[in-house]
Amino acid sequence: MLEIWEGMKAATWLVLTFDADLVEIAMRSLFVTLSAVAIAALIAFPLGAWLAISRYRFRRLVIATLNALMGLPPVVVGLAVYLLLSRSGPFGVMGLLFTPWAMIIAQVIILTPLIASIAHQSIRDLWAEYHDLLISLNTSRSQRIKTLLWDSRRALLTAALAGFGRGIGEVGAIMIVGGNIDHVTRVMTTAIALETSKGDFALAIGLGFVLIGLSLTVNIAIHMLTGTEVRDRW
Amino acid sequence: MVSILPLTLSQATVSRREKRLLGPIDLTLEAGGITIVLGPNGAGKSTLLRLMHGLEKPSSGKLRYAAPRALAYSQQAFVFQTPVMLRRSVLGNLSYPLTTHKMPRAEAEKQSLTWLKRLGLGSHTSQRASQLSGGERQKLALARALIRQPELLFLDEPCANLDGAATRDIERLIIEAGASGTRIIMATHDLGQARRLADDVLFVHHGLIHEQSEAATFFDNPKTTEARSFLKGDLI
Ligand SMILES: Nc1ncnc2c1ncn2[C@@H]1O[C@H](COP(=O)(O)OP(=O)(O)OP(=O)(O)O)[C@@H](O)[C@H]1O
Ligand SMILES: [Mg+2]
Repeated sequence: MLEIWEGMKAATWLVLTFDADLVEIAMRSLFVTLSAVAIAALIAFPLGAWLAISRYRFRRLVIATLNALMGLPPVVVGLAVYLLLSRSGPFGVMGLLFTPWAMIIAQVIILTPLIASIAHQSIRDLWAEYHDLLISLNTSRSQRIKTLLWDSRRALLTAALAGFGRGIGEVGAIMIVGGNIDHVTRVMTTAIALETSKGDFALAIGLGFVLIGLSLTVNIAIHMLTGTEVRDRW
Repeated sequence: MVSILPLTLSQATVSRREKRLLGPIDLTLEAGGITIVLGPNGAGKSTLLRLMHGLEKPSSGKLRYAAPRALAYSQQAFVFQTPVMLRRSVLGNLSYPLTTHKMPRAEAEKQSLTWLKRLGLGSHTSQRASQLSGGERQKLALARALIRQPELLFLDEPCANLDGAATRDIERLIIEAGASGTRIIMATHDLGQARRLADDVLFVHHGLIHEQSEAATFFDNPKTTEARSFLKGDLI
């Protein structure tokens, strides 16, 4: 108990003085997850819209695949990316393993199905509403997709934020493909795991605070966004 | 300018699953005038309009326009029984058909503003369309359909639930559009409105066209018993 108390005091100090290590690790976490969310959203939003408006047979298959991928344990994704990027793997020559890029790739794979699935649900509802009108107005396929994406932008933001929440707290995949190398691939979650196992609680708890702070900020943001959506409903 | 009229339906039917909702219908729609589609609830008025507009594919039979499809689809508009509002501002809703047909935004908004002033919606420009009253929405939906000056315009009960003043406004827009060359096909329940606007009448019952005549003939001397009782106000 005393150890934890000491840890918390030290942690507060680290946070208040903007400890260099702590800031570096927090920034890298943000960089990796924000990049992953941005790339995943670029794939997931149009995919969600396309799934909502197309009637092809294999649309169901894609949706089932997305749902299955959503349930993939991050460690398994990490392992797969590891095998692909390792020296002897197909993309080994690129030398990406144990870099932040490998971590971004792993997180893109984890986040894309999640974001696409949430986006697809709300775009599908909007499409049910717009269907007759957009067809009647003789819009092209790409105009329909653009219109749906633009008019459901709040829901898409919520989807991206959900992806951020999942990514920022994820540890399994980035530990495997990043390797938790100090000053290179160490991020908040992997650092917490390491410091805890070393019994050095100060940095672990300090990082824990920052991580919780970031997650809370994101959650409050989601709440406020959905809140506004309810208040002035379309 | 190639005309998309006459429009012809030959032996056209619409079915859902095993159930036939409409047809078989044989019909030719020539250019010019206002056709009113009359008939009781569930008769198939909306389905007929949607079929002619291309929203409903014929399950059998054919729909033909005088012009190629791509052109035909770009020259017509539809006002739905329950107006669909885009989740945008009033101005955004009105300028949408223009911008999607390649008009520069500034020009589209200028034209839309002119329309909004004409409709008496000038003070609602940047308001969300979903916040408009029912009557204002109907007006906006009609204006959005008219703004590209379609050759063919379908109206599915555009005055349902509107009071006298709103109905008069909408009828004025319809008459103006008709006068400027837009061919109008309109479903309604309102016999008074039908008498005011109709050049000719299509009477639909149980998914079939029972009667197609000039307005005067239809109202003074309907041929079928169903139409006679419908006009008398009997429940058929
Ligand atoms: N999507 C659908 N699936 C099954 N049946 C349908 C569908 N749409 C319409 N119908 C049926 O087709 C028939 C004709 O409907 P339609 O909407 O064309 O009637 P209407 O003449 O426009 O009636 P109203 O005056 O109430 O608007 C009705 O019996 C209706 O229940
Ligand atoms: Mg109807």
